[in-house]
Amino acid sequence: MGDPINLISQWFNNLLLGWGLAEGLVKVISLAIGAAIVATLGLVTVIALIWVERKIAGRLQDRPGPNRAGPFGLFQPFADMIKIFTKEITTPDGADKVAFNIAPILAMASVLMIWAVVPFAGTVVGANINVGVLYIVAVGSFGIVAVLMAGWSSNNKFALLGAFRAVAQMVSYEVPMVIALLVPVLLARSMGMNDIVAAQTPWFIIIAPLAALIFLITSMAEVGRAPFDLLEAESEIVAGFHTEYSGMGFGMFYVSEFLHVWTVGALIATFFFGGWSGPGAENFPILGILYFYMKTFIGYFLVTWIRLSLPRIRIDQMLAFNWKFLTPLSLVVLIVTAVVDKALEMAGVERWAYALIMLAANLLIGWIVVLILKAVEPNRKRQRVEFEHRPVAVAPKSTDS
Amino acid sequence: MSGVEIIFIIVAIVTLLAALFVVTTPNLVHAALWLILALFGVAATFVLLNATFLAVVQVVVYIGAIAVLMIFAIMLTRRVMEDSGPQINSNWILAALLGLVLFVGLTFVLINSGAANASLSDLVVDPVEQLGKELVSPNAYVIPFELASVLLLAAMIGSIVIAWKK
Amino acid sequence: MLDNWLYIGLFIIVALFIPAVAVSLPRLIGPRKPNAIKQEIYECGMETVGDAWVQFKVQYYIFALIFLIFDIETVFLFPWAVAFDKLPLFAVMEGVLFILILLAGLMYAWRKGALDWA
Repeated sequence: MGDPINLISQWFNNLLLGWGLAEGLVKVISLAIGAAIVATLGLVTVIALIWVERKIAGRLQDRPGPNRAGPFGLFQPFADMIKIFTKEITTPDGADKVAFNIAPILAMASVLMIWAVVPFAGTVVGANINVGVLYIVAVGSFGIVAVLMAGWSSNNKFALLGAFRAVAQMVSYEVPMVIALLVPVLLARSMGMNDIVAAQTPWFIIIAPLAALIFLITSMAEVGRAPFDLLEAESEIVAGFHTEYSGMGFGMFYVSEFLHVWTVGALIATFFFGGWSGPGAENFPILGILYFYMKTFIGYFLVTWIRLSLPRIRIDQMLAFNWKFLTPLSLVVLIVTAVVDKALEMAGVERWAYALIMLAANLLIGWIVVLILKAVEPNRKRQRVEFEHRPVAVAPKSTDS
Repeated sequence: MSGVEIIFIIVAIVTLLAALFVVTTPNLVHAALWLILALFGVAATFVLLNATFLAVVQVVVYIGAIAVLMIFAIMLTRRVMEDSGPQINSNWILAALLGLVLFVGLTFVLINSGAANASLSDLVVDPVEQLGKELVSPNAYVIPFELASVLLLAAMIGSIVIAWKK
Repeated sequence: MLDNWLYIGLFIIVALFIPAVAVSLPRLIGPRKPNAIKQEIYECGMETVGDAWVQFKVQYYIFALIFLIFDIETVFLFPWAVAFDKLPLFAVMEGVLFILILLAGLMYAWRKGALDWA
């Protein structure tokens, strides 16, 4: 009664076995169906998200948002979908056709694949592997490859420039992101996603708030959303690496971005907000799924809110913020977490005292950082960006950015 | 044949074909993309050997960092959409010879060590935890571990000295 | 253990298959009328000038190099973090030393100005 999902899968397995199929084949079929359901669920979520996001954006900007198609504009994403499915896909002159067409598929797959290891509830988890956290990082690198392929194969200046910016941003922010991920791994003593969820008493947002903050910021940069959307800055490089894509080719990049934001919400929920855990979730996995989705939505809303509130940053600010602030900070947080954790373990303190001291250590780091920033900021020379004068109609010899 | 064996053969064929295309395609970016597929095939082989940590590390480091760096370097220095020159230079005999020696040597070591006959049994201990303990244990690999960080530091300084000229 | 990876393998196939279908579908039901002007490379409505390739800043490469170093470093640290329970204090300190040596590398790059974009 408490676990209908595993009950259904067991019933299904028995049904197939009853038909006289081999055991190995039954396993493959049921796993494949599970994978298809999880992946489809991700895409269906995106349809809902497109409406939710436009509604949130509308409300935050003091306008109603979509409200014509259906009640509350609920049918808007379906209208969009029908439109984009019937649009022509063009391939630009001189493009590398194979790479050009594979890139959007790879971009989408790289985001979808993360969902293979996300635990929805205690017993509802696709693959409970012992290297879950590194798997997520590994899958993300296919997204980088997809962006490079798209930018290079388009045979377009803006696309190539956008790809360079995108990859520089993605690889740069991967460093503090992975180091921030080391903190929950260290606290849980495991890279398995379900182990990390199980270890969260109390939630890691209390024990490691700075790591959570760094993870949130770097994830937003990985997705490439405002304020980190300089890789598709319309006023500078048209649309970045997907300038030449039309119809569903562009649609895949668009959908993968939406799904990526939702995935970021899911990862923040899993790593720092206790994942599926909550009152009664142990016995009733359905409740766990509900908690998981609620927490995921909080993370998603946070990212969307920040996106709609902040202006775009420049590329030099983007890189300096990462390498001169986030990376050293994340390393310091990791060192302090490791040392304090070991010291408390040797002192043998209670769990609540442990959590409080960890929180205090994090707040102390945060306070010192604020002090340092206050001391440095007034003395820092403002960087002036100056351009040589050049005639408008003549092509520049070199573009440097 | 068991299911694992069939999967292994498919993975091995894909890996080898991809590796072959790396050296035969005239377009450098295509070669890099084929290299990514070959590296992914190696990661899949690691998974089949139950070396899951190595598999994800293979993808994180080789595809996520090294292959991306290679494509970056190609794009920075070459006219991107053009195919480049001949694939063979005057050193190809030496390279082929070295490759052959490496192949024979590895095969020899593999057969002699008895690893070729080892069976894939489920591991009792968590290999990642075991690795973590060994890496910082003074009885095992703590010196190589710290040397690795010094080596990485040297690599960072070296790359900045060479690539960064103010 | 291998069951989980079988699931991941199947998931990779599904994750590639679904977007492949989504991208192929418009080719069947959408219009298909290519012409020379439509296929032109976009450049703000002007005719394309020169090659798609332009000289890029070497800075991009430097950041990719520094990223590579840190990527390998963090890979070493993951097993250390997983085995944390079983480590004595000096083993923890060895990990910290490992991080500090690389922090020194970052400081070097910073002082050399390799982290500046200008």
